[in-house]
Amino acid sequence: MTVEEGDSVLVKQGNRTFNGVLMPSITDNAVIKLINGYNVGFDPGNVTMELAEKKQDVQAATVELPPHDPDLPNVSILSTGGTIASKVDYRTGAVTSQFTAEDILLAIPELTKIANYNARVCYSILSENMQPEYWVRLAEEVYNEIKAGAAGVIITHGTDTMMYTAAALAFMIETPVPVVFVGSQRSADRPSSDNAMNAICAAKVATSDIAGVTVVMHGTTSDDFCHIHKATKVRKMHTSRRDAFQSINSRPLGRVDYPSGKITTYLDHARRGEKELAINSNIEPRCTLIKYTTGASPETLLFASANYKGIVIEGTGLGHVSTEWVPYIKRTTKAGIPVVMTSQCLSGRVCDRVYDTGRDILKAGVIEGEDMMPEVALVKLMWALGQTRDIDEVRKIMTTDMAGEITRSSRT
Amino acid sequence: MSSKYDYKQLGLMSGLEIHQQLDTKEKLFCGCPTTLRDVEDSNFEFFRYLRPTRSEMGEVDRAAAEEAMLTKQFVYKAYDTTCLVENDEEPPRELNPEALNLTLQIAKLMNMDPFDEVFTMRKIVIDGSNTSGFQRTVLVSTGGYIETSQGKVGVGVLCLEEDAAQRVEDKVDSVIYSLDRQGIPLVEIGTDPDIVSPAHAREVAETIGMLLRSTGRVKRGLGTIRQDVNISIARGARVEIKGVQALDLIETIVEQEVERQVNLLDIMEKLQSNNASVPGDIVNVTNLFNQTQSKVIKKALKRGVVLALDLPGFAGQVGREIQPGRRLGTEFSDYAKKSGVGGIFHTDELPAYGITEQDVDTVREAVGARDGDCVILVADLEDRAQGALQMVVERARLALKGIPEETRRGLPDGNSAYMRPLPGAARMYPETDVPSEVITRDMLDSIELPELLPERKARYMEELGLNEELAGIVASKHLELFEKIITEVPGINPTLVASAFDNGKHSALDTPYIDSTLVASTLVNTLTKLRRESELTHDFDIDEVESHHYVDLFKLIVSGGAAKEVIPVLLIEIAQNPEKDIEDIAKKMGLGQKRIEDIERSVENIINQRIDFVKEQGIGAVGPLMGEVMKEFRGSVPGKILSNILKEKIEARLNSSE
Repeated sequence: MTVEEGDSVLVKQGNRTFNGVLMPSITDNAVIKLINGYNVGFDPGNVTMELAEKKQDVQAATVELPPHDPDLPNVSILSTGGTIASKVDYRTGAVTSQFTAEDILLAIPELTKIANYNARVCYSILSENMQPEYWVRLAEEVYNEIKAGAAGVIITHGTDTMMYTAAALAFMIETPVPVVFVGSQRSADRPSSDNAMNAICAAKVATSDIAGVTVVMHGTTSDDFCHIHKATKVRKMHTSRRDAFQSINSRPLGRVDYPSGKITTYLDHARRGEKELAINSNIEPRCTLIKYTTGASPETLLFASANYKGIVIEGTGLGHVSTEWVPYIKRTTKAGIPVVMTSQCLSGRVCDRVYDTGRDILKAGVIEGEDMMPEVALVKLMWALGQTRDIDEVRKIMTTDMAGEITRSSRT
Repeated sequence: MSSKYDYKQLGLMSGLEIHQQLDTKEKLFCGCPTTLRDVEDSNFEFFRYLRPTRSEMGEVDRAAAEEAMLTKQFVYKAYDTTCLVENDEEPPRELNPEALNLTLQIAKLMNMDPFDEVFTMRKIVIDGSNTSGFQRTVLVSTGGYIETSQGKVGVGVLCLEEDAAQRVEDKVDSVIYSLDRQGIPLVEIGTDPDIVSPAHAREVAETIGMLLRSTGRVKRGLGTIRQDVNISIARGARVEIKGVQALDLIETIVEQEVERQVNLLDIMEKLQSNNASVPGDIVNVTNLFNQTQSKVIKKALKRGVVLALDLPGFAGQVGREIQPGRRLGTEFSDYAKKSGVGGIFHTDELPAYGITEQDVDTVREAVGARDGDCVILVADLEDRAQGALQMVVERARLALKGIPEETRRGLPDGNSAYMRPLPGAARMYPETDVPSEVITRDMLDSIELPELLPERKARYMEELGLNEELAGIVASKHLELFEKIITEVPGINPTLVASAFDNGKHSALDTPYIDSTLVASTLVNTLTKLRRESELTHDFDIDEVESHHYVDLFKLIVSGGAAKEVIPVLLIEIAQNPEKDIEDIAKKMGLGQKRIEDIERSVENIINQRIDFVKEQGIGAVGPLMGEVMKEFRGSVPGKILSNILKEKIEARLNSSE
């Protein structure tokens, strides 16, 4: 009888016998999970393997959810694939992300004291595989949840592209309730994961007075508070730290202390119920972001203008590209393709009226992206082109604050 | 050691688990150095909470669950020698190849055949000692053995692990850890339960320690090796006693654990014949203590309550000693402390602590205790007190059945205190951030066995003429440096000296007599003195002196460029100016062999002139004569050298005149 992964086996090597479970292997070796929990590998040429017991389906534990509490608000949780809860199969070592309400509440029982939940999987993808088209359906789902009476919506999202999705929803939806993006930087399968604290703080914001789209993530490396960021001003600024999410060109909107759940706000924000629910999810996904670097050939721009309907440039400093690029920009804008200038400094505002090159760039028809981050300008341009094809209209949208992405005054 | 018990008859089974830090350049999963720091030097701190992860059976490990009961805050001290990996803010790097190689060498020393592929696993530990909530560990081999006076002792486990953070301070609601230690590679060596007596346990620990030190690449000093002892007797239970730092204690630990288990079994029998039981009803008796004179209780009552628990049939047993100075009540108290209380009271020890006979009587009445019952009291915040008595209920129920399987903390007196239940297997899963390592035949074949310490010591005595003490210390503590000096400096190693003479390069006349004893004694005695001095004065850091400096130093002495008397002074000079050339330093100081001989002659003259004074004062003459010697040389020679020579000459004179 052949053995399969998951079977209990006896491995004999010389006069030694090992008991364990056959595991998946990526080398030629046979990997066994020994009874003491360790995985070890054997060269199959040196051992014999016998079946001890066929694998048995393990009955998953069932958990009773607490009853609906009429005194608590109802919050919807939509998953796009970020793991807010995961569980470990200690038999095979596999880690799986979980997404029933039961799984989340079992992993983070504190949530049950904050709200009743209705959880649904919207997408099940890695965040790098997110597509602009997926924003549209997500926006519609959020709209439907709010329309059906949700007091707040929590969206779990992988952190890599969370800022794009959050910004997109900020442009697409007018919301009378909180719409909160949350994720975790350290995997949910570790006891130190930031998932639970982020989720608890997100639930606090989702049931708060802060209407609008926000991102709630760790504020520091400690488990002391989460920052609440405006969706159009937040950027992932570190590959791995818990406090990777930072507000750029803005203070955070506020903070949620942990474990008290106390919310403090630093900025004005729309309050619950102030705005009418509305959705405008048309977009033009064929837009691109080009980074100008020393020596970059204007052909990059030429290629972009042949293949895209809108272009955002991440220029140097105040918003510059080499003089060589200026005629190509002019040709692009003449052809009706909007070109938006942002800065690779990220922090600060674009201003092309200071130097000659800048003034030439403006003459060539570039739209100044003010203090928008390049990625936010890209998302906004997709949305603007979804609203109108008129380049003057696009210019007007791009230079007007639509969802908190442009501030009138740069605060220190 | 006179044995209280017949261990064979009791069915003693004991195994050791030895954790030894490796002296690698970098930590196991990051590029940080394996240096320990003063907590005062911490430049950053942060805090976290940990929560148990759930297995697919919906279970959390029982040890992990108990730790989670305490929602404690863990505060971590970070340094300029730690990084985001220790902070659990960055994925680990690949397994340190230096550490893996050393572990394979250790496997060979323990007669082991490592697995063909090894995997980094995560072992869940949520007491905060690892920022991630798990300890990374690699099982490298099983099935080895070592030879002992009682026959072979099996070595069942060899793991390569990351060390945990050092616990600095334990508070009620938080624990402070220092991150310098987290991630230092260590090997865990677990023996089979082949140990037959407390003395044998000690021998096994010593043998394994000797094998490890023979590699010359393990850390030395307090805390760098820790022993856990697994002990059971036939009718008892397996208990793991952690954190035994001194070898001397192993024997006592085993003896006293056997004593504990024997006594607990006896208590169990007494309880059963008393028809003892644990109903587990917890009664609030706060109002009985409104007028109490007990300071402890008064203090607790400011914000808390007094709760009581009746244990029918337990009277007399709770107060019974099970280890020197520890009672069953102490075991109850250890469990109770898990919920954050300072301790418990029990009626076997009352009246005391300001609790009166009358208090005891009213409490007994309130909980319905009869004669033969023992009542437990806890005074603290309500949920803490409640949790504490629930833990006591659990432990008391276990007392009826025998001995619980536990992980215990070794205490300095050879006793132990409860830490947590023995962890189950349900806490191990793969570290997906670290790739596995394939161990090839070539890797194993290329590993050479080190010369074992006893052999090396014997060789140093025989070949180099070192005395036993020096040979032992050099062989185990200064091996690499010593070998480097005697091989690289011509004229020190007698075997090399012989060949040098054959070549006619050196003659006995122009080469000062340098032997390996001078080198050994410099490394063992002079360095120890200088280290003490540098710690006191902070004038220099002796660790600035590197191995190449020593080689240059002894070359200079062999060539006559400096006298051996100036070694301490030169070492200080090098420590202060490690970038300077030694020859220049020595030349500037003008302290060649010839100059020293002149100085010695002058010092002898001074002694001769004052010989009566010297004979009268003995070695106490050094102080008064020093002034004259100093005047003679007017600061051209460092005072330290002069005082050394003066002392040496006076001693010689006193010895010769006796």
